This record gives sequence, C-alpha cells and structure tokens, in this order.
Amino acid sequence: MMATMVTSTKTTRQTSPGGGPKIPGPNGNGSKRHDGLPSPDSHANRYRIGMWVGLASVAMMFTSLSSAYIVRSASSNDWIALPMPRVLLASTALILSSSATLEVARRKLKAALSGPYSQWLLVTVVLGIAFLGLQLVAWRQLARQGIYLASNPHSSFFYLMTGAHAVHLIGGLLGLTFVWLRSRRHEIESAGMAKRKAATDAVTIYWHFMDALWIYLFLLLFLWR
Amino acid sequence: MAETHEGAHEAPHEVHRHPAPTGFIRKYIFSLDHKVIGIQYIMLALAAVIVGMLMSLLMRLKLSWPDHKWAILAWLFPTGAPDGLMNPEFYLSLVTMHGTIMVFFVLTTAPQGGFGNYFLPIQIGAEDMAFPVLNMMSFWVTFVGFIAILLAIFVEGNHALGEWFGATLGTSFAGGSGTVGPIGGWTGYAPLSSVGKIAGPGQGAGMNLWVISIAIFCIGSLLGALNFITTLLNMRTKGMSLMRMPLTCWAWFTTAVLALLSFPVLLGGGILLLLDRIAATSFFTPAGLYFTGVLSGTSPNFPLHTGGSPILWQHLFWFFGHPEVYIAILPGMGATSHILATFARKPVFGYRAMVFAIFAIGLLGFFVWGHHMFISGMSPYSAIAFSILTLSIGVPSAVKTFNWIGTLWGARIRFTTAMLFAIGFVSLFVAGGITGLILGQSSLDLPMHDTYIVPAHFHLVMGVASIFGMFAATYFWFPKMFGRLMNERIGRIHFWVTFLGVYAIFMPMHVMGLQGMPRRYSQFTEYHFLDTLHPLVIFVSVSAIITIAVQFLFYFNVFWSMFKGEKAGENPWEATTLEWNTTSPPPHDNFAGVLPTVYHGPYEFAVPGAPRDYVMQSEVDVEVPSGDGHNGHKH
Repeated sequence: MMATMVTSTKTTRQTSPGGGPKIPGPNGNGSKRHDGLPSPDSHANRYRIGMWVGLASVAMMFTSLSSAYIVRSASSNDWIALPMPRVLLASTALILSSSATLEVARRKLKAALSGPYSQWLLVTVVLGIAFLGLQLVAWRQLARQGIYLASNPHSSFFYLMTGAHAVHLIGGLLGLTFVWLRSRRHEIESAGMAKRKAATDAVTIYWHFMDALWIYLFLLLFLWR
Repeated sequence: MAETHEGAHEAPHEVHRHPAPTGFIRKYIFSLDHKVIGIQYIMLALAAVIVGMLMSLLMRLKLSWPDHKWAILAWLFPTGAPDGLMNPEFYLSLVTMHGTIMVFFVLTTAPQGGFGNYFLPIQIGAEDMAFPVLNMMSFWVTFVGFIAILLAIFVEGNHALGEWFGATLGTSFAGGSGTVGPIGGWTGYAPLSSVGKIAGPGQGAGMNLWVISIAIFCIGSLLGALNFITTLLNMRTKGMSLMRMPLTCWAWFTTAVLALLSFPVLLGGGILLLLDRIAATSFFTPAGLYFTGVLSGTSPNFPLHTGGSPILWQHLFWFFGHPEVYIAILPGMGATSHILATFARKPVFGYRAMVFAIFAIGLLGFFVWGHHMFISGMSPYSAIAFSILTLSIGVPSAVKTFNWIGTLWGARIRFTTAMLFAIGFVSLFVAGGITGLILGQSSLDLPMHDTYIVPAHFHLVMGVASIFGMFAATYFWFPKMFGRLMNERIGRIHFWVTFLGVYAIFMPMHVMGLQGMPRRYSQFTEYHFLDTLHPLVIFVSVSAIITIAVQFLFYFNVFWSMFKGEKAGENPWEATTLEWNTTSPPPHDNFAGVLPTVYHGPYEFAVPGAPRDYVMQSEVDVEVPSGDGHNGHKH
C-alpha cells in the first residue's frame, strides 16, 4: 500500500540492459562487454583514475603544509627569509626539461616507436636524478652557511617542503625506472600495449604533477617570505 | 561506448586477475582477496575495540570509586596505580589511548576497511578491488600502525624500554617517562604534545610513537581510499549505473573521498608535530615556554623554540578531525538504509535525496572544523560562520532521518537482530545529533565546552551510533561472509541490553555536563558542587559494566556461529542486491567466472505484479514500475 505511494504506477518494459534509452557512460556502467568480462581498456583505465585520485591526496598534503606556511609566516616575528640558493634555478630548469623529455617519450609510444620511447624515458630518469642531486647541493650550501632545519621557521619549511617533494619525486623515479625496464621488453599483445600505455600515462601524470608542484613550492618559498 | 572499438583479435581474459591462492599464508595472511582483507580489518577492529573498551572500564572505576584500592590494578600497573589507586597521569593516558584506538582503529577500520572492503566490490558486481596489492598493503600498513600505538603505551610506561628506545633512535628521541602511556587526548594539542619529554609525564618516546602511529595510519587509509574510489568509478558491472548503486556503496564512496582529502592534512600536521618534538623546530611551539622548572633554550633537554602557533595545530587537526567523524558514521548510515529497506520490505524512501544528503553531509563536513575551536580565541565572526555551516548539516541529516522513518512508515517490519540494530542506529543518531545543534552554536558552546555534554554528544552520535551500524552490518552480512546465520536469540539479548545500556551510560552525562562537570578529570572529590552528581556517576559506571559484559555475548555469538550457526542459503534475508546473488561465502572471484548484469535499482521491494515481493538487481524480464528515482530511469 505504502509502496504504491512511493513508486508511481506507471509501468515500463525493460528494453535493454542498462535500462531505458540512456547510453551507458564510459566507466563501469557499460564499460563491460556483453559477456560480462572487463574490457582491456577498462582495466588499463584504472591506473589513470587511480593516479589522479592519489594525486588529489598528495595535493591535499602540500595544501596543508602551505597553509601552515602562510599562517606561520604571519604568526610571529622570528621569520628570517632564506637567501635563495642559486642552484635551485638550475634544478628548476632540469625538472622542466625532464617533463618535456617524458612528454616526447609518451608521444613516441603513441606512435609505436618503442626504441626512441625507451631512450627518452632513460633521459628523463637521468634528468630526474640530476634534479635530486642539485637539491642535495642546495641543502649542502645552506648547511655550510649555518642554516639548518631548526634555524628559523622559513628554513624549517624550506627543508621540509623540498624534502617532502624529493621523497615524492623518488617515488616518481621508481615509477619511471619501472616503466623504462618494461619498455625494453618486447610487447606484441594488444592488452599488454594498453597496459603499457596506461602505466606510462600514469607515471607521466605523476611526473608532470611533481614538476608543477616544484614550481609552486619554489614560488611559494621564495616569493611569499 | 566502450564496446565499439574493441578488436576481434584480442587475447582472452580471465575474470580474476590473480588466481585463487592455495597456501595458508597467501590465502589468509598476505591475501590479495578483498574479502579476506575485509575480514582482517574486522578482526583488527574486534581486537582494538576490546582494548579501547577495557580502558573505558578502568576510567569508570576511577571516576565512580576514586578512593577504592583495587588490588588487581596494583598488580597490573605498578607505575600507573601504585597500591591500587590510579594516579591522574594513568587516567589521562587512558583517555588518550581510548580515544585514539577507538577513533582510528575501530571506527575507521571496521566500517570502511572491513565491511566496505568486503562488500563494495561484490555490490557493484566486480571480481575484486581495482588494486589488490595496494589493498593488502593498506591493511598491513594499518596493522603496523596498531602495533605502533600499542608499543607507545609500553615504551612510555616502561623506563628501561623507553630509554632503550631513545638511545637507539638518538637522544632527541626522548625516552619513556614512566607513566602508563602517552598523554594528550586523541587530539594531541600543542604545545603540551610538541616539546617532548620535558613537558612532563606521558610526553616521552611513547608520544613520538603516538604521532608516528597516526602518520602510518594515515598512509594506510589513503591507500584504501584510493582503491575504493577507483574501484567504484572503474569496475561497476554492466547496467550498474550510479543511481542503481546500493546506498552502502554511496556511503563508502563518500567516506573514501573524505578520507582521501582529510587524512593528508593530518599527515602533514603530524610531520610538523614530530619535527617540533624531535628536531627542535617551532611550527607549533611558542617562545618562552617554561616546563618543569626549565626555560626553553636554557638546557640541552629543552632546545630553544620561537614563535610557533599552537592554534595552527588545532586548525590542521580539526580540518581532518571533523571529516573523520563522518568517516566513522557514513558507512553506518549506508548500512542502516540498506538494512531498513530490506526488512521493511519497501524501497528506500527518497533514494535520490538520500544520495544527495550523503554527499551534502560529506561536503559540509569540510567547512565546519572551527566548531571544535570556539574557545580558542577565535574571532566571533568566524565563529558565526562556522556555527551557521555546522547547523546547516542538520538539513541533510534530517533528510536522512525522515527518509528512514518514511521507509519504516506503514511497513510490515521483520524484526531481525540486524533490523533492531539498524533502528537503534536511527534512534541514537537522532538522540546524539540533536545535541550537535546545541553545541554547534558558539554562544552555547562556550559554557558547555569541555564538560561532559561533549562526550555525551559525540559518543552517542559518532561512537555508539557507528558501532550500532556495524552491529547491524555484522548480523546482516554474517551469513554471506561465513555461510551461517548468527544466533538470533543471543542477538536479541545483545541488542536490548546494549540499546538500553548505552542510553543509561550517555544520557546522564548530559545532565552532568549541564551541571558543569568537566571532562578528562580523573576524580571530582575536591569539587563539592558536583557531589550531588556522584550517584549518577556510579549509575553510569554500573551501566557501562553491564553493557561491556554483554558485548562478550556478541563475541561468543560471532565465533560460535562461524562454526555452529544455522546454515544460510544464498539469500537468507530475501534481499535484492548483488551480494545475495552468489554463494555464501562467495567464491574467490565473487561470481564464479561470470559477472552479473544489472537491470534494476537496488531496493525493488513490494513490486506490484512481480512474482515475489522483491526483485533482485540482476533479475531479467521482470516488470518494475518506474520509481521516484530509486531505479534511475527517466521517462
């Protein structure tokens, strides 16, 4: 009795699975084949989705650190702005170019050129390691000037944020190395190629994000001080 | 459409990416199966809840019989309760550990990691989570976090262990203080928590471990949340459109989004706090602190701190802390909606409104953290903004409550134990939520802050209500998980004693709070204006002892029914969603090789003209009237 109040009495014949004329969306609903098996695209897509979701959480962590940075910079008069280590300009250039080389690698993969794809990946890995090396140089320079983690709030945030970025970047390097090692394997199966593309996409998204994050941190640390 | 550009030459696919494991370790310990991982999470919560519950029992002993010398306490805790009299530090560390263990390792693990892990993939018709290895890691990281929090108690309490710990990890990593466990409340407010051992009892190595444990827990939760979101977006089976998902899935999804966006903030804050403690930074530690006779900067044990902001910690903590209470309760809301519809034999009243209400609660939950900080010296204008946003959560909450009542209205209810607990959830949610409207107003919160009305409020609405949601879920899904029904007679006793018990425990606390009884005090013998409340305090303690005792009936029921319970078929409750479409317990890949296709909304009960009074989501060729949104068709 109550049910007829909740639902209307109009009835309709189910014409197609999925219900009604609506065309199913690409993810989940409709992305399975008629035999109920997942399509290779759907399987590969989850790496891209998962990467974006994961980056949302990384972004939130750096948001929390940035808000702490901004609040702390205004909460007391013990804030002494750091001199910018010049080497950071070089590391910024390195990470920017690493994004470019990775993008080239991804395009080579799209064009099915697995040799150049692998080589450009390797270049990206090398650039990434070089970036980390320059970050280390920057920390050593500051330490030589007697500026340590606990010296003053700006230096604390500098070491913390660049350190947290470096840790995340190491994760990206591991991903790149993994993709590079896989790239040397011969792949003919279409499912394998779809997976490789998805893995490369995921790592690329992550790496670009780390690049943008570095630019953001660099601007925050040396313009807002 | 995805089907159109699939090549005909593609390789055949197994439905399940990882074959069913055979060895004990791969099958039950380091399992990739979301069902096993779900049960692992539930077992972790069942273990953690005993620890947390016994801690609350110890606190009640101290509060109601402050001068009694408990021989057993003297024997168990020679430092915390010499001659059987619990000292205030011990009491405070119990407050801290009870809160931390309950919030993180019970209310966050069982509802989401446990039931969500087990049932989200099955309910959307997937063969597993999107990233099984990540899923396994998320549990084991959480487990390490639990070990760390237990270790924190011993490292802090035991001088020798604490000193060894400090010596091993460097001198800045202070040793134990000899108190039983870290002290700081589950909120760990700075600067007490941010300067290290010099700040007094409970602030040594154990407190470091407390921070580390929470950071580890954050990482575990993040891995889980990432997996939930990707699984739900990517792995729904054919026909499972968003508006055909069970409300449980909506709740788990929203919870995962909340966890994904709030835990990183706590992680960031936790790193800052740890650096203040062990690396002498000054993020939260203000200048000129004077602790136990030492001024900051005058001793190697107490390095110089300058100009940190303790309020900053509160902001970071509560930006996480408020979404956290929804992380605890939303899965319970989902389970309650699901179970109410099943046993009322009616569609959920206003499915669409329920979905939007879940999302509205989740979204608003991010903008109300300031209501925990009204007495922190906040500007009254911000306080008004936080108040208004807080009160506006009452709207979607009321939508949910009225829809639950609408679902029950005029129904021929089947009063199973699961249903009783689901109705109990609604009752507790209303009873506890109503005081939220009082505490959410800054002018009323000012006098009530840190009195017993606050624990009364949050225990009812986020503690006990969430637990009731989980009890309901346990009784409801147990037959699916273990193939056997739980004993209903024991279940009913468990329900009635627990239901009356929790009201007997927490209702009097409102009265105490209004009389001005402060929370976190270990005894009130010196506060004579509270003397008249003492019988009430004893009443609460007796109720707590009875309620806690009855929980062991539940434990007995769970473990007895696993082996001796009445055999359950595929669908003992005549329910509609996909998990009831497969064997109990489900096979390794959930649907024995063929994923189901979905044709109907999740709550097609009492369908006119249908052969039975319910239509399962996967049933073909059954006419279903178009409902108000609950099956997602447009005509």
